[in-house]
Amino acid sequence: MPIRTEKIRKVAKKLLNDHRVDVVIGYKKGTIPLKNIPYFAKNAEEADKLVWDGNCRGNLASYLSRFNDKRVAIIAQGCVSRNVVGLIQEKQVNSENIYIIGMPCTGMLDSRKVIAAVPGEITEVTENDLYVIAKGRGFEVTMNRGDVLSRNCDRCTVRNPVLFDELAAEKVNEQKDPVRYEKIKAVEAMSPEERAAFVDELLSPCIRCYACRDACPLCYCPECFVDKSSPQWCGKSQDSSDVLSYHLIRAFHTAGRCTECGACEDACPMGIKVRLISGKVEKEIRENFDGYEAWKDLKTQPPLTVFKRDDPQPFVKE
Amino acid sequence: MEYMRLNKKNMAVFIEELGRTCEVWGPVKEGEQVKYAPVSNATDMALDGFKNSTMSPKEIFFPQSEKMLSFRREGEDANIYRDEQAQPTKKAIFGIRPCDARAFRILDMIFKNDQFTDNYWFSKRDATTLVGLGCSEPCSTCFCTSVNSHPFDEKGLDVLVSDLGEHYLFKALTKKGRELVAGISVMREPSDANIEAHMVLRKKAEDVMTVQFGTDKVKDKTVLELFNEDCWTGISEPCLNCSTCSYVCPTCHCFDIQDEVSKEGGERVRNWESCMTWIFTVHATGHNPRPTKKERVRQRFMHKFKYIPMKRNGEIGCVGCGRCVALCPVNIDIREVVKQMNS
Amino acid sequence: MKNPYLPYPVRIEKTVIETEDRNIKSFKLVFLNDDDCKTFDYTPGQFAQLSVTGKGEIPIGIASSPTEGDHLLFTVNKMGVVTTALHNLIEGSIMGVRGPLGNSYPFDKMKGKDVTIIGGGYAFTTLRATIVYMLDKKNRADFGKITLIYGARTPGMLLYKDTLAEWSKRDDINYNVTVDRDAPGWTGRVGFVPAVTEQVAPSSKNAIAVICGPPVMIKYTLPVMIKLGFTPEQTITSLENRMKCGIGICGRCNVGPEYVCKDGPVFSMAQLKEMPQEY
Repeated sequence: MPIRTEKIRKVAKKLLNDHRVDVVIGYKKGTIPLKNIPYFAKNAEEADKLVWDGNCRGNLASYLSRFNDKRVAIIAQGCVSRNVVGLIQEKQVNSENIYIIGMPCTGMLDSRKVIAAVPGEITEVTENDLYVIAKGRGFEVTMNRGDVLSRNCDRCTVRNPVLFDELAAEKVNEQKDPVRYEKIKAVEAMSPEERAAFVDELLSPCIRCYACRDACPLCYCPECFVDKSSPQWCGKSQDSSDVLSYHLIRAFHTAGRCTECGACEDACPMGIKVRLISGKVEKEIRENFDGYEAWKDLKTQPPLTVFKRDDPQPFVKE
Repeated sequence: MEYMRLNKKNMAVFIEELGRTCEVWGPVKEGEQVKYAPVSNATDMALDGFKNSTMSPKEIFFPQSEKMLSFRREGEDANIYRDEQAQPTKKAIFGIRPCDARAFRILDMIFKNDQFTDNYWFSKRDATTLVGLGCSEPCSTCFCTSVNSHPFDEKGLDVLVSDLGEHYLFKALTKKGRELVAGISVMREPSDANIEAHMVLRKKAEDVMTVQFGTDKVKDKTVLELFNEDCWTGISEPCLNCSTCSYVCPTCHCFDIQDEVSKEGGERVRNWESCMTWIFTVHATGHNPRPTKKERVRQRFMHKFKYIPMKRNGEIGCVGCGRCVALCPVNIDIREVVKQMNS
Repeated sequence: MKNPYLPYPVRIEKTVIETEDRNIKSFKLVFLNDDDCKTFDYTPGQFAQLSVTGKGEIPIGIASSPTEGDHLLFTVNKMGVVTTALHNLIEGSIMGVRGPLGNSYPFDKMKGKDVTIIGGGYAFTTLRATIVYMLDKKNRADFGKITLIYGARTPGMLLYKDTLAEWSKRDDINYNVTVDRDAPGWTGRVGFVPAVTEQVAPSSKNAIAVICGPPVMIKYTLPVMIKLGFTPEQTITSLENRMKCGIGICGRCNVGPEYVCKDGPVFSMAQLKEMPQEY
């Protein structure tokens, strides 16, 4: 990991000193263990604060449109680079002003998994390609990196960036046919009543903070459906039908566009596994549209945004 | 007797006897969350390794969604709003941390001003006895000593409990607290060694909580000086403008009021809302006094560290519980922000 | 304990469409309960929250003066969910009023002085209340010279045309009503409020000026006031901001440390100079 940090700083400093870009979007070390802060380096001195490790969760692509009048560089692993492709395709950003520093990824850590594996408060975490070592008052626990990865990283098949101007590390091997959707398949097998109860329980801790929406690069609408008052599509109280409406509608708005970056689940302060809902929608997209995965190239458009004569329509009966 | 002692083996009796006169609440584990909820026996409580609840306990007196009024469409009183306050249940809440209790006191000042009193808050507050638990092992994200408090602060509590390992040491602080302690048959007088152990525990906790920042310069600078500082651009850059910090915060209190309709009529409800959102201040004309996230992020910190102290006799609007530090998705650390405000 | 969130039930006794575009309507409201009427003790400058069941509440300045009797007058611009629903209510409908809220114009400072009232567009509502209040037999002697400068886009957009006509005939008020654009049949002044203010040139000696209007009008009128010698302490205005509780609790309408609903909406320019421009 430290090698990646070193390389990032070197690349960023060169881009800034050569005036290729005005700002480099990356991360700097957080103020507490297992957290990094999105950072916007505007000169060489600031570039020296950039880091890259297993805590670079979240999705930096959501910040791109705020810099539309500037030239930006963005450090992007596989999923993030796909979101950059998406933003270019959806005309939210100007590709000419974006320099992608590609970062092949070996997966981000799930901070809750690391915390659950230790007996007290963590004061320091170090990591390498194989292990994560968490230290605290009176303990030091070493765990396999593979055991504490975020769920989406666990089964990721696009770890290398799909679009980049330069690479900041060697390409990594892509995982072939990881096991997917076990939990979702288990829910599909439930009766409607069981399924309703499952979703109710899944979403019961939701506090409508909208961190999931605000962390997501797909959610760039100036006025979100949930904030509209005329008409008010979705109630604002904690009524379970309103909470469910919000999550379901958002999942449909992101259908076919989701890169499964996990920023939503990472942002949720209540630890809700919101990707079970978006994951189900993406499973349907894959099954109905030839295994489509969002934005692996600049040309192919998400299936729900285009109409083709041969679109599958199993719901039409003879 | 200023102090009384309870052997932890008698917790079940304590809860049972307390439960005769009121509903007993304590910290429980619910999935990933720790929250305060009614308990019927000692094993319900998640006191082992308990640090603090995930969401602040303000939701006990100020629920996220609360029905305030109702109305009917038909009948003699059609379209006339009616007060819908239910009589609150009498509660005793065990395990409230001093920072959260202090936050209740700050909210007491907010929900009542020289003209108006919010009875939805006070009726529940008045019906509740707070049995606080001093923090023997503060978290690294805590900073109560930097905001004029400390891990064994008594303000806002009816009883303060100290965890002495085998025993709990109870200190009654108010009339409600004394009545509560007097009503428990298994309390005993503590030994001198108990008191000594408590003092050591208290000092150890305070020593661990070194002051991390000052607020003296924030006090001296004018509103406009702080408002116009350059630091806000950098501070607000990573912010997602979600509502996480405001919702988990024990002193944040902003809310929205809305009417919800049903077939027969409807209700007026209040729901939490955060100043971090665009919709919080937008006018019907579309004009927004806080159009970008810089203005909104600045508002939250100015409110807590400047406007509230100005209007409430120097009381800082933050109690140092550290929830926002731990839960902000992009690690905007309030301690770092105040350091910049105080530079 | 009185619930400050509970509206008083009132009935709409009369509605009047004030403007030619039919977007501004006045509502004359009477209390259903005498006790409520007695408790509703207000002074011009204050506002109330108007409730339409099922839709919500909106903060509207009180356009009537307490000297006019037990009823209340509100003038509402149709803008969003609640105001549209309000406009659709017919005479006899029941709705809710919560108030009086906010502070009033500083009459204690205005007594014994010359008072200049400058209004533009539909912000004139609380200024109507103020002038009626000052012109009332009981109060007139407390104030010196009263100058009115009121402008609207066209004659058809002027509010309270009947009341204006009455005032134009009085000799105890310097009456200057203007329109931005001339129209057939209009025999009065034509000109923007800032320009008319400069022409009328009210004296700033021992005087107070109260200015309410759209931001662009205020922006260009303030320099005229400074030119005429009015200090920031002598210049009073009323702010608007998105509100919900109206009682200084929900935290929404703050401008710096002040709540527009409780510490305002009336502020002097001297106060505004110390506050961030978040309105």
